[in-house]
Amino acid sequence: MTRYLAVRLAQALGVLWAAYTVTFVVLYALPGDPVSLMYGGDSSDVTPEQLAALRAQYGLDRPLPVQYVSQLGLALQGDLGTSVVNGRPVTALIAEAVPPTAQIAALGLLLALVLGGGLAVGATYVRSRALSQTLLSLPPLGVAIPSFWFGLTLVQWFSFTFPLFPAVGNKGFSSLVLPAITLALPTGALVAQMLSRSLLGTLHEPWADTARAKGASRARVHLGHALRNAALPTLTVTGLVVGGLLSGAVVTETVFSRAGLGRLTATSVGAQDIPVVQGIVLFAALVYVLVNLLVDVLYPLLDPRIVRVRRPRPVAARAAAPALVGAA
Amino acid sequence: MSGTTNGPTTGPERLLTVTDLAVTYRTSRGDVRAVRDVSLHVDAGETVALVGESGSGKSTTAAAVVRLLAAGARIERGTVDLLGHDVAHASPRALQAVRGRLVGLVPQDPTVSLNPVQRIGDQVAEVLRIHGSVGRRAAAVAAVEALRKAGLPDPEVRARQYPHELSGGMRQRVLIAIALVAQPRLLVADEPTSALDVTVQRQILDHLEELTTGTGTGVLLITHDLGVAADRADRIVVMSQGRVVEQGTPDAVLGSPQDPYTRALLAAAPSLRGARTRPRDAVPSPAASEAPAPGPALEVEHLVKDFPLPRSAGGGRLRAVDDVSFVLPRGRTLALVGESGSGKSTTARLALRLVEPTSGSVLVDGEDVTGTHGEALRALRRRMQVVYQNPYASLDPRWPVERIVTEPLRAFRVGDRRSRSARAAELLDVVALPVTALQRRPAELSGGQRQRVAIARALALRPEVVVLDEPVSALDVSVQAQVLDLLAGLQDELGLSYLFISHDLAVVRQVAHEVVVLSHGRVVEHGDVEQVFARPQDDYTAELLSAIPGSRVRAGVGGAP
Amino acid sequence: MTAVDALTALTDPARAAGTGAGPDQASAPVDTGIHGRDEDVVARHVWRGRLVDVLRRPGLLLAVVWTGLVLLAAFAPAVLASGDPLTGVPADKLQGPSAAHWFGTDQLGRDLFTRVVHGTHLTLQAALVAVGVGLVVGALLGLLAGFVGGVLDDVVMRTVDVLLSIPSLLLSLALITALGFGTVNVAIAVGLASVASVARIMRSEVLRVRTSVYVEAAHAGGSRWWSVLFRHVLPNSTGPVVVLAALELGAAILAVSALSFLGYGEPPPAPEWGALVSGGRDHLRTSWWLTTLPGLTIAASVLAAGRISRALDGDRGAR
Repeated sequence: MTRYLAVRLAQALGVLWAAYTVTFVVLYALPGDPVSLMYGGDSSDVTPEQLAALRAQYGLDRPLPVQYVSQLGLALQGDLGTSVVNGRPVTALIAEAVPPTAQIAALGLLLALVLGGGLAVGATYVRSRALSQTLLSLPPLGVAIPSFWFGLTLVQWFSFTFPLFPAVGNKGFSSLVLPAITLALPTGALVAQMLSRSLLGTLHEPWADTARAKGASRARVHLGHALRNAALPTLTVTGLVVGGLLSGAVVTETVFSRAGLGRLTATSVGAQDIPVVQGIVLFAALVYVLVNLLVDVLYPLLDPRIVRVRRPRPVAARAAAPALVGAA
Repeated sequence: MSGTTNGPTTGPERLLTVTDLAVTYRTSRGDVRAVRDVSLHVDAGETVALVGESGSGKSTTAAAVVRLLAAGARIERGTVDLLGHDVAHASPRALQAVRGRLVGLVPQDPTVSLNPVQRIGDQVAEVLRIHGSVGRRAAAVAAVEALRKAGLPDPEVRARQYPHELSGGMRQRVLIAIALVAQPRLLVADEPTSALDVTVQRQILDHLEELTTGTGTGVLLITHDLGVAADRADRIVVMSQGRVVEQGTPDAVLGSPQDPYTRALLAAAPSLRGARTRPRDAVPSPAASEAPAPGPALEVEHLVKDFPLPRSAGGGRLRAVDDVSFVLPRGRTLALVGESGSGKSTTARLALRLVEPTSGSVLVDGEDVTGTHGEALRALRRRMQVVYQNPYASLDPRWPVERIVTEPLRAFRVGDRRSRSARAAELLDVVALPVTALQRRPAELSGGQRQRVAIARALALRPEVVVLDEPVSALDVSVQAQVLDLLAGLQDELGLSYLFISHDLAVVRQVAHEVVVLSHGRVVEHGDVEQVFARPQDDYTAELLSAIPGSRVRAGVGGAP
Repeated sequence: MTAVDALTALTDPARAAGTGAGPDQASAPVDTGIHGRDEDVVARHVWRGRLVDVLRRPGLLLAVVWTGLVLLAAFAPAVLASGDPLTGVPADKLQGPSAAHWFGTDQLGRDLFTRVVHGTHLTLQAALVAVGVGLVVGALLGLLAGFVGGVLDDVVMRTVDVLLSIPSLLLSLALITALGFGTVNVAIAVGLASVASVARIMRSEVLRVRTSVYVEAAHAGGSRWWSVLFRHVLPNSTGPVVVLAALELGAAILAVSALSFLGYGEPPPAPEWGALVSGGRDHLRTSWWLTTLPGLTIAASVLAAGRISRALDGDRGAR
């Protein structure tokens, strides 16, 4: 087990490093002159000499590989640079912005799991085919509705027409509700789609019939047998789901004018504030990696078939070793 | 129609009465009548075998008895009376009370019939928890006892394990334990041993017999194998195309079959045919009587193949093939026989040079080809071709038959388009397929027809050696016989040499001249087929032979042809 | 009747009503009995059958019709809306939907319907480019990884997995930061972010086909590797990728609209759908149609793409 974890940890670090490299390539290597992007533009009055000085200050006049290594070194020490817009360290900006985003993300995830999961279980449980089809047509609708429009519609109804929740701002629990619901829509729809597809599959597996042959009730087969098996594949995409929440926060916080990581991203992109954008992307990769590590730890506990993950073996070997290794 | 009804005081208790059952499936092509007008009964203490090929409706009938039909299926007509309960029209709650308690089901494929994330013991105990007011601990104890009775060694240890840690035979015993733990009156066993090796099959069926005779449990045994039915059943019910065509005791049905279908099935069943009369050898074939080519067609010497094992399974190597040598004479058939894991398929792939041997040599026509690679190896393919087991997987589903059959010709740039077309038609003729099949796709052909296409493809380049890897295992018995006859005829006509892989000794007897028996990668016996069958030298061979079902019939009872 | 069938089957192999999965296959305990009937091999007219299938399913029909309308709006907007999306009559500003203005008017008096129709070109062009980029790059990578295998497979897949670790919208935003705003940049950004899922699906399909028996049979028959690649592997592995492409189109429309809502698309007054919703935000209280109708258009288009994708998937599964 420890070996498994060590391998996973090493892989996680590898992914982080690779993500760092990708962001470096995108943000520093691609554009002709990052400094012009950050400070230049048509409306700027920065002179070419000032640009050159800035370039030297940022170390951007050095060759790319040197920049890469030195930036990486700084990043490993926790220094992600400073914002172009307000000169504050990137790490501080992100640290400030995370808590309000984490609040709506957590609430949104909870809502998504409960409602989406509940919908999937319910839709596959009901006997009536018509009801089942109707319920199952909801998730694709949830995925199709653009979250920015959904958020605006929520504001229109529940802030303006019925003044129940604030339309903007960060104050108090009630300001969490509408943004969390906005985040929960696409996430919940995705969870519902995956889980319902998985459930429909497991309900038709031969071992489900064995359970029925024992005299198990419909509920027992559904909740006691099928759900546990069906939930496993859904667990593997948790990392992607959390990443999606982060993405969703960009739009949601813009719609609701909430302070947080999402709005920080939006303003930074708008100002072409490269260090901040880089920092946020790295943060997102870090979150993804951590969540996946958590899933990797949990998954073997839930699925006894998984001892360690191996690459698929070539056909010949598999044909010869069926009796020895009991699993498929 | 079912037999006379028993009076209240005479005869054993009637457990199951199926009357005029009709089951229909709704498919994209319209309604399919899987079962039409089936009536049968099972009494306490008796074993009734329901025999038929695929599409006969036997599995659907069994599913109807516990009403676990597939989605899209409905019972059109008829009743299923199980000890007074009308299963066909019962409410879901009533069904739940009946299943597991009054009737137990042993499903077909043990590898997929157990919940993969639940412990074995819990799965067995669940039956008791559903039906009885048995506490968790008592149920667990009873579960271990049931596993022990089902013949599972170390039941206390196994009860804590998960299904993937058990072999196929062990899993089937678990399923038997699940079916019997609540002591049902009737057991429905749907092809309980088809997915298992033949020696394990016999053990399981023996055990099942033991368990049920003691308790007076009635058994409805579904099987495609007449030999199994003959050995195990008190009565046989033969089904075809959704109808019951014949019923009676084994002696009656097998000794003097009334229905033409039963007669045909009997004639085709390899396990019941006994020794094959050899019309082929009686008349020397024209190919053989020409100046015989010198030397064997294929020879392997001291073949060894090791596979590295994944670290998660402990590392090291698995020796799949251990010092195997044999000689395939020209124009003859050599069979490689063994159960799963014996190394027979790997040996065949080594001979075909699809896999590199760890050591040893392969000689084709006297020439050592162990070291050939690249273009020379590709050129070798013209002389050695292969027919695979699964007729569904071995043909590209998007290609028409003509293209499939001429692919080897195109690979070697033989002829032009017109000559290839002509050759395609010729090949189909050789395998007795109509010319209209040329433009069809595999999905439009039956299993037997697809296998013929595979054979035609193998013959396209006029090879010397054809390796047949379980070519008839996936086909129904009647179709098997046709394909085997076809292969024998082609051998006589074209002087082909066959390396025939099979797990089924009965089939081997029909078609091979020599046999090599493999176990755990080693040769345990080899020799002329009839000699090995009559006087097996090795214990393992003897065990394999005695496990062939239908021994009662072959011993002379009823006088099968 | 059955006995005669059986006898004929035994004597005339050409008419053998053969079987489905034989006894040794791990088959579900279901006899369909389909092949038990005396069926001669029947050629199917595939395309006609498919058309009939579409007509019979109302949801799918709606999706196809809507997609047709969207495509028409994208490539020939004048057919649907003959006006000018950029000029308005100030006196008509902020009017609700009516017979004269189907979608109402915005704060500058411009007809919203015309703007939506003309905006389709921008949004759809970006989405199609995005899907194209994602498909081409992703399919190529997946093909390479799946067919060659070994170290190359590991390297390619690891790289692709890294792309997955960054949420696609954030990756697109990073690309936009570097490349600047505008429809084309948005398209490339969205497309590159979808390379990962296309690559994975293509790779798993290629692997499935490459390890299948008929491919081995082709090798055993003497076919060379490139023949196997182009004649067997490619044709058989593209199915799920096509399904994914339809789904990705919906996702691309959403992503492109989101980016233009945030202001990174074409600058105003370009009527990209997302920008239209953003523009209506200031009048949310009074003029619901400014945000709702473009929003519904987006939702309907994504829904249609998803519906078509599901139909393609089911069609493939039924074969």
